[in-house]
Amino acid sequence: MLEVDDLACLKGDRLLFRGLAFRLQAGELLRVAGPNGVGKTSLLRLVTGLALAEAGEVRWQGTPIRRDREAFHRELLYLGHAPAINDLLSPLENLRFACAAAGDGSDEEACTQALVRIGLANQLDLPARVLSQGQRRRVGLARLFLSARRKLWVLDEPFTALDVKAVADLAQALSDHCAGGGMVMLTTHQDAPFAVAPRVLDVGAYAC
Amino acid sequence: MLSTFLAVLRRDLLLAWRGRADVLVTLAFFVIVVCLFPFGVGAEPNQLRAIAPGVLWVAALLACLLSLHRLFAQDHADGTLEQLLLSSEPAALWVAAKVLAFWLSTGLPVVAVAPGLALLLDLEQGALPVLVLSLALGTPILGLLGAVGAALTLGLRGGGMLLALLVLPLFVPVLIFGAGAVEAEASGTGAAAHLLLLGGGLAGALALAPWACAAALRISTD
Repeated sequence: MLEVDDLACLKGDRLLFRGLAFRLQAGELLRVAGPNGVGKTSLLRLVTGLALAEAGEVRWQGTPIRRDREAFHRELLYLGHAPAINDLLSPLENLRFACAAAGDGSDEEACTQALVRIGLANQLDLPARVLSQGQRRRVGLARLFLSARRKLWVLDEPFTALDVKAVADLAQALSDHCAGGGMVMLTTHQDAPFAVAPRVLDVGAYAC
Repeated sequence: MLSTFLAVLRRDLLLAWRGRADVLVTLAFFVIVVCLFPFGVGAEPNQLRAIAPGVLWVAALLACLLSLHRLFAQDHADGTLEQLLLSSEPAALWVAAKVLAFWLSTGLPVVAVAPGLALLLDLEQGALPVLVLSLALGTPILGLLGAVGAALTLGLRGGGMLLALLVLPLFVPVLIFGAGAVEAEASGTGAAAHLLLLGGGLAGALALAPWACAAALRISTD
């Protein structure tokens, strides 16, 4: 279970939000909503431990994430706004590196299958710089298929630049993850066809 | 644990190979800076021989500085750094891998061409092995110290200039003992003391810099 208590976020010298609290149970899908600039991405970065909160605490299975960062990160998958794709490497090389760096196995066969499944069968060996925005996005998202054992998925605008079918497939994958006992926390401005309507957390309600 | 280290090392070496123009530019810079000196101070062999150790070392140091900002910049821009920081492996480990790959692709070529340039400056042939050894011990220290500076100035406006201001003073001891080793060997007093100090410096930097660098990266991605 992910618990967030009394969280406040300071950006520069401006307080974005304060008093933000929520619980995320196994099997839940949480959509973080709010207008641009309200602090959705900042909230996600606080939850992952990439950024430090001005006040408040994030706990994973009852332990503050700052106290046992490595155990938390073993169960976390974060896909940020930047897709973490290097232009000089092919999608397959990018994906294998992402998995190896995260500490997952980087089995070539499994990575190839993940890329084929997400619709990049013809682009496996092209340098990433010739891919379109949507295709680059998919390379990052292919990690989802290799990260089922990671309980908590935190996704920043995962649907950006994807076509209608890819959005539906991704929504299905996220619903499946939740059905299998995982948790998903995401930001999006799109209406995606989830199997179960996600819970909505409006960051705007905590804005200062 | 070792797999993260090897994955980062392999990837960065592959990237260095695919973007080898950057490496060649660094090397060309080193060669050209050294070649400028005979034009500036005159082609008097005794004078060139006297300044050769210092010239080679300063040029190597500047070549290293020139490419330091590349160490984390691309990974910072494309989000790879965030993913690495979220790895459950210790950050010092992959930082060390990045610095090693940086040294192999930038420092090692400089070490390799230095003897040729030393001949150009008429450095005593007996001092060539010491020159290579001092550069081989010294340039990794430059990379390790520079990595901390590069991490601290990551994403800042005018970061490149700030990086130079930050790390050049730290490079001074390395320069003193590196160039000093070659001079001592050429003057016949023996370079052992200088080389031992450089070795000690390398061991110290290896033990401390990756941790400092990892902490700096966490601060600058916050």
